[in-house]
Amino acid sequence: MAWLCSRCNKVQATFHLTDIARSGEKTERHLCERCAAEEGLHAIEGPISMAEAIEKFVIGPKAAAPLQNLVCEQCGISYREFRNQGLLGCPNDYDVFREVLAPLLERAHDGGTHHVGKTPKSLGIPRTTQQDVRRLKRLLAEAVAAEDYERAAELRDRIRKAEQP
Amino acid sequence: MSAPLDAVARRAGEWLRGEGPLHEIVISTRIRLARNIRGYSFLLRATAEARAEIADAICAAIRKAAMFDKYVNVDVGELDELDRRLLVERQLISRQHAEGSGARRVVFDHTEAASLMINEEDHLRLQVMRSGLQLDDAWKQIDAIDDALEAHLEYAFHAQYGYLTACPTNVGTGVRVSVMLHLPALRLTGELERVVHAAKDMKLAIRGLYGEGTEALGDFFQVSNQITLGRSEADILDDFRDRVIPRIVEYERVARDALIRERLHALDDRIHRAMGLLRSARVISSNEALQCLSHVRMGLHVGRLHSVDLRTVNELFLQTQPAHLQKLQGERLSGEQRSVARADLIRARLSHN
Ligand SMILES: [Zn+2]
Repeated sequence: MAWLCSRCNKVQATFHLTDIARSGEKTERHLCERCAAEEGLHAIEGPISMAEAIEKFVIGPKAAAPLQNLVCEQCGISYREFRNQGLLGCPNDYDVFREVLAPLLERAHDGGTHHVGKTPKSLGIPRTTQQDVRRLKRLLAEAVAAEDYERAAELRDRIRKAEQP
Repeated sequence: MSAPLDAVARRAGEWLRGEGPLHEIVISTRIRLARNIRGYSFLLRATAEARAEIADAICAAIRKAAMFDKYVNVDVGELDELDRRLLVERQLISRQHAEGSGARRVVFDHTEAASLMINEEDHLRLQVMRSGLQLDDAWKQIDAIDDALEAHLEYAFHAQYGYLTACPTNVGTGVRVSVMLHLPALRLTGELERVVHAAKDMKLAIRGLYGEGTEALGDFFQVSNQITLGRSEADILDDFRDRVIPRIVEYERVARDALIRERLHALDDRIHRAMGLLRSARVISSNEALQCLSHVRMGLHVGRLHSVDLRTVNELFLQTQPAHLQKLQGERLSGEQRSVARADLIRARLSHN
């Protein structure tokens, strides 16, 4: 879907911004090129805003027609509604829309497809050491690049230990 | 106006003390966690009854978890507009939460370091704020609050996707780390682009801050993570602590040193003009006040100004904002009246030093 410029309401918006108030809070705005320039918004170029990330869902590639009509039977939201609003209706939607959602998630999270990190204790999921190993390996590469061989050796030891079953 | 909030307006929040590591450049560290309660729809599809049940369940969990010595539990929907705005200015609630509808609350501890927004975009948004760069300390507290609540609540969690959130941009860890930076020297030397690159290299978002209206307040920037799936909380904290923030802080330090070394007269002129303006203005907009306070703050940190204390300057950042100003005056003011009251307040505060 396309946004009309929220300032002139005439031209299609090409700038999708998240304004951050001094309070740190965000409001989303969609501006055409001309209005954006008039507000001096080209000054800070580059940052990908949250709105843009949401754009990736909303304006992402069109799903095939049958998928467009997917509806979650628990909350009643359709995939189309989700695309229009950028918000899901219930936890179940992550499974109902999985096929179309997965590639979008991957794009918005820079290739991330699986959760890594904290898990609720109540689920009793053993905290994997996989993420620690990944982190240590990255630190190792940095130590090597910085020619800090003492630290590199220490990190190698820690990785070996973490990788032991 | 509610009594607890009147008292709130007179204090400066913990995170605005102007202390903490790297406080001359890093204003504050904020971490947020997005959580939803299992068995309920997200708010877009939640009935009024469900919203009320969710709020009750979270409030009960807060009582049982007993994480805070003293805390305030506010029904945001029942507040008048001025009180809601006050909470936004203090960063205790988001603008979205202030302007939302339906049953929604905020719970914050008396130091204002921690706040819990109930029924914002997600059922629960936990937030911890710190002065300066204090990522690990902030994480420790929010992690503990999350654990304490989780003992009494069942979160919506997915084996593959982690903590489920209404907006898929938050799914996974649900964590949003934001660091607010004060970069006046980089702006004066025209080198802000370096900051943008530093953030972009690490896939972090950087945004200028906006005050009233749409005019950018050029000296303040917020860096926050965007990726929440496939990277752990520790990974994200590492990026900020070890990579991006030190780099940006170093750029700003170098720029401040260069100004002192090579353009001392111009720098002093900026700083002392700003001080002069604040001490003599009879009418001042919040944006102009902020810009002047920004230069005064830098002047204090680079040792070119001594006639005012940092705490006063930090408090003025908050107290010159519209809702605070009206709370302190005890009456509603038009924009024009606010500009006069603001100038009066600033003159009074700066002449006592
Ligand atoms: Zn659903």
